Amino acid sequence: MLKRIEQIKSEAEGAIAAAGSTAELEELRVRFLGRKAELTMLLRGIADLPQEERGKVGSAANRVRQQLELKLEECAAELEASEISVSLAEGQVDVTLPGSPTHPAGHLHLITRTTRQIEDVMIGLGYRVIEGPEVEHDYYNFTALNHPPGHPARMLQDTFYVQSDPEVLLRTHTSPVQIRAMETQAPPIFVVVPGKVYRRDSDATHSPMFHQVEGLAIGEGITLADLQGTLVEMLGAIFGGSRQVRMRPHFFPFTEPSVEFDVSCFLCDGSGQLAVGERCNLCKGIGWIEVGGAGMVDPNVLGFVEANGYDPEKVQGFAFGMGVERIAMLRHGVPDLRRFFDNDVRVLGQFL
Amino acid sequence: MKVPYSWLREYCDPGVEPGELAERLAMTGTEVERVGAVGPPSAENFVIGKVLAVEPHPDADRLQVCTVDAGGDRTIVCGAPNVAAGQTVPVALPGATMPGGQKLGKAKLRGVESNGMILSAAELELGEGPPGILVLDDDGLTPGSPLAEVLPIAEPVLELEVTPNRIDCFGVYGVAREVHAITSAPLGPEPWAEDAPADGNGDVGDYASVEVKVPALCPRFTARVFTNVKIGPSPVWLQARLTAAGQRPINNVVDITNYVMLLTAQPLHAFDLDKVPAGALTIRTATEGETMATLDGVERKLDPETVLVCDQNGPSGIAGIMGGQTSEVSEQTTRVLLEVANWNGTNILRSSRQLGLRSEASSRFEKQLHPDLCLRAQKIASQLMIDLCGAKLVPGTIDVAAEIPAPPSISLRAGRVEGLLGMRVEQADQIAYLERLGFGVEPDGDDLMVEVPADRHYDVTREVDVIEEVARVHGLDEHLPSTLPGSAGQMGGLSREQKLRRRLEDAMRDLGFDEVVGWSFTDPGLPARMNIPEGDPRATGVTLSNPLSVEQSVMRTTLLGSLLDVGKANLARDAERVALFESGRVYLPEGDSEEGPLGGGFPGEKAPSVVEPHRLGALAVGPMRPKSWRGGGEPADFFALKGVLEGLAARLGVELVFEAGEEPFLHSGRSASVSVEDTKIGWIGELHPAVCRAWDLDAATGFEVSLAPLVAGAVVGREDFVDITTFPAVLQDLAVVVPPEVPSARVRETVLAGGGELLRSAEVFDQYIGEQVGAGRKSLALRLEFRADDRTLTDEEVAELRSAIVAALKEIGGSIRD
Repeated sequence: MLKRIEQIKSEAEGAIAAAGSTAELEELRVRFLGRKAELTMLLRGIADLPQEERGKVGSAANRVRQQLELKLEECAAELEASEISVSLAEGQVDVTLPGSPTHPAGHLHLITRTTRQIEDVMIGLGYRVIEGPEVEHDYYNFTALNHPPGHPARMLQDTFYVQSDPEVLLRTHTSPVQIRAMETQAPPIFVVVPGKVYRRDSDATHSPMFHQVEGLAIGEGITLADLQGTLVEMLGAIFGGSRQVRMRPHFFPFTEPSVEFDVSCFLCDGSGQLAVGERCNLCKGIGWIEVGGAGMVDPNVLGFVEANGYDPEKVQGFAFGMGVERIAMLRHGVPDLRRFFDNDVRVLGQFL
Repeated sequence: MKVPYSWLREYCDPGVEPGELAERLAMTGTEVERVGAVGPPSAENFVIGKVLAVEPHPDADRLQVCTVDAGGDRTIVCGAPNVAAGQTVPVALPGATMPGGQKLGKAKLRGVESNGMILSAAELELGEGPPGILVLDDDGLTPGSPLAEVLPIAEPVLELEVTPNRIDCFGVYGVAREVHAITSAPLGPEPWAEDAPADGNGDVGDYASVEVKVPALCPRFTARVFTNVKIGPSPVWLQARLTAAGQRPINNVVDITNYVMLLTAQPLHAFDLDKVPAGALTIRTATEGETMATLDGVERKLDPETVLVCDQNGPSGIAGIMGGQTSEVSEQTTRVLLEVANWNGTNILRSSRQLGLRSEASSRFEKQLHPDLCLRAQKIASQLMIDLCGAKLVPGTIDVAAEIPAPPSISLRAGRVEGLLGMRVEQADQIAYLERLGFGVEPDGDDLMVEVPADRHYDVTREVDVIEEVARVHGLDEHLPSTLPGSAGQMGGLSREQKLRRRLEDAMRDLGFDEVVGWSFTDPGLPARMNIPEGDPRATGVTLSNPLSVEQSVMRTTLLGSLLDVGKANLARDAERVALFESGRVYLPEGDSEEGPLGGGFPGEKAPSVVEPHRLGALAVGPMRPKSWRGGGEPADFFALKGVLEGLAARLGVELVFEAGEEPFLHSGRSASVSVEDTKIGWIGELHPAVCRAWDLDAATGFEVSLAPLVAGAVVGREDFVDITTFPAVLQDLAVVVPPEVPSARVRETVLAGGGELLRSAEVFDQYIGEQVGAGRKSLALRLEFRADDRTLTDEEVAELRSAIVAALKEIGGSIRD
């Protein structure tokens, strides 16, 4: 019996050594150590042996079994390692081939991006974003903004009118939303109004449709100096760095005093020169860039919403407006207003 | 408004270069468009010359060889026939730069060397002048002395962009007062301070009469009469000023009217009195259909609101806008009636627009002048008529005036100035600024009582207007601090709807679409090209009454039209594919739609008259994913875009319902209506071949949905925690065979209903049509997930649910595929 055990051992060791794959090893494990293997059967039949042989045979069989298991494990580890290296070699790819394409990247329009940027800056200063209709009543676009009927100020912006109703027009600015907002919310009010506006004008520097952002702040004791401070914060955030703002007195029917505001040129830092003697092209050597119009909301305008708490003797404040395209043109060097409405994907794709 | 610098300096000399003054003007409210120049860029090498001798040129009939003393004798060849010995003339020496920019050198003209050039008025841009060289009055001028001492050559001109409220700055004297206010340089006396002597015969009433039938439209009409008028060219100084100010010199009388208008902002009009029958003028409105020929030679049709100045034969001028030909001043004129009137600005603006006729006069009248200005202009013009036309002023002024408004007094409270501006301006400074601007000022404790001058009557009417005057002269650039409003308690932010709209726009970008901004205007032919039949609400948009062109005359009712235009343009520019989206509004006539704007409505008491739903639209032409060695490259079809739309819905937590739909612009078999619960929000589909052809596309797929109902259904931000069950799910696949017309959504619903609440999901993951299921059948494969929250489901339980599903499927003609 012991002899047979030794035979099994050498037979198995030979077979294991000759095995060429882990799969073959697995077969050998079943053949020599499986449930129906001779050695297993032998161990199972030990009880039938005479008393004196049981110990010897049992321990020999167990020893061989352990040795074979060890041998199988060693061999398996070796074979596995070489098999993996073969499969790695076979699985090699040309890493320089292009990756699987997802869909190409999409892009937000520069007008959307710029509008959002302005909105976000104003939100940070405590303003809510509100919107109003583009097809608007004359009352909101002109009358309540202190443009009486027949007033020359109405001619400042040539207006599109709607055929079905001579009192309805395409808003020429976002300012009518000032009135709508004040009708709806009592002071204090801090709102910013983005949107499309329309003027009957079309050439290299005018588009019949363009975008504005309007700001309105009304409360107790809000001053022209507060307007300037707000513009400094906003334009600094949009154009970067510590920007200076200057306000030039101007005329708008719905603000008094009225101003136009400029920001110090962010290209030449307000010096007007890029290098010694080289004129800054962005600000044309002036050091300032015109951005928009603003002013203290005219008491007549507040008078139209006085019933909702806007008594011009008690509350006051400012409004400002600017063109989104203009900001985007300045910020990104877009040379021509019309590029915004071409919607050329080669241009859209430039702004990530 | 063009202001020649020398003219300005006659009344107020700021003592600085024009560029510096321009800067100061800009910072106080008067934009300077540019500092231009008339005449040569520099006065250097322009001198006074005396013609000593003139001889014929040996080789040229038309040229003459002149000896000229220009600070030393020199030879100058001259082609002007009027040159003669003894004349004092302007001379350009070699080295001078002419107005066009060319530099003058020595030149040989037909063999004779010319050492300079004798100049005409036109060559100096001093007006048209008489033909030939300009002959100067010999008032003891020294030959060789600078020409600039006698003529305004190299004249800087301030081109002001005067805001419409500042009618005073449409006159040079008004600009001078403004310069005085902002620089405190002294201001010369008012040019109308003294009236001219009336040496004519009789009384103005003997010569002329005026009847004003419409006093509301003509608050004041003044007239003076001049006899012994000699018509001729104006002197050079006057021609030079008019030319520099952008006016063409005509003759002395017309030039005087223009000059006085440019000086005072008050327009004037001269009649040849002998062409006005009986000297009688009537001011009335036109009758319906009345016509007249204006000075520009055009026959104008008038409407009943247009005011006319008429003589006994009919209209002789359109009030405040343009005179007529009948009584025009001509070379034969000897007696002049000078009209200086005041008109209702609103009416002038209306009539000028109605006629499409705008003049220097109407552009001033339309801003409403004060009636006081009339006599100012009469006084200055009278003196000039005497000085330049040899005229005699007939005593008396016809003055038909309604009530002339009294100067208003405004109280300026000290606290208000600082309270509105946020900067302090000392009372003494306030007084100084206002007085320099021509206001009367009386201190009243810390406050001021301010009297408004006639020039500012309609502009400065309230305390706040006075504060603006104080602020701008004080200087915002120098003195205004930058502060922030006390905004305690204010919470900024986007509304929920605005946030979700941004989320959707970002999602579209991240799904590979480029955002476009389309025109809100379209052409009326668009619905037809989109196959939209008449009667469909989308076929009739909001129409503009004054569009720039027919192509931009109707407000869009869909985003699809814009997207197709952009798609076509990009493909024409050689793009291989496009995936576009727009987030924008459409404009629907009221009542046509149940859609509303984002957020449900706009603020304000008065509702808008047009509905403006905010929509999200997409259009894909060509593959969403480019072709590569790993596949891809299939053109975007219905399911590609449906996946995108489902992706959007998933980002909001909204479930969309797709049902086969019929849109006239879509492929009838590959399109669907899109709904949230029972509300239809839009469409999706492959485009109809005819529509594709209309935009030169082979194929295209798109969708357009209204954002308000989509966003309203969103659960973003309102999610409640649901505990994750620990009991395992049983996953099974189910192959169902149904008639082909049964939509997969119906099969899914049936399965879900049959499976009850333990069936957590059933998703279609495959479809098979072919031999193996036989003709007239299709097979759908669904993945089922069974799960209970409180136990592990047994095989028996699942088998039971499965039979219930099979039973339910039978009712829609379905069976299980073995």
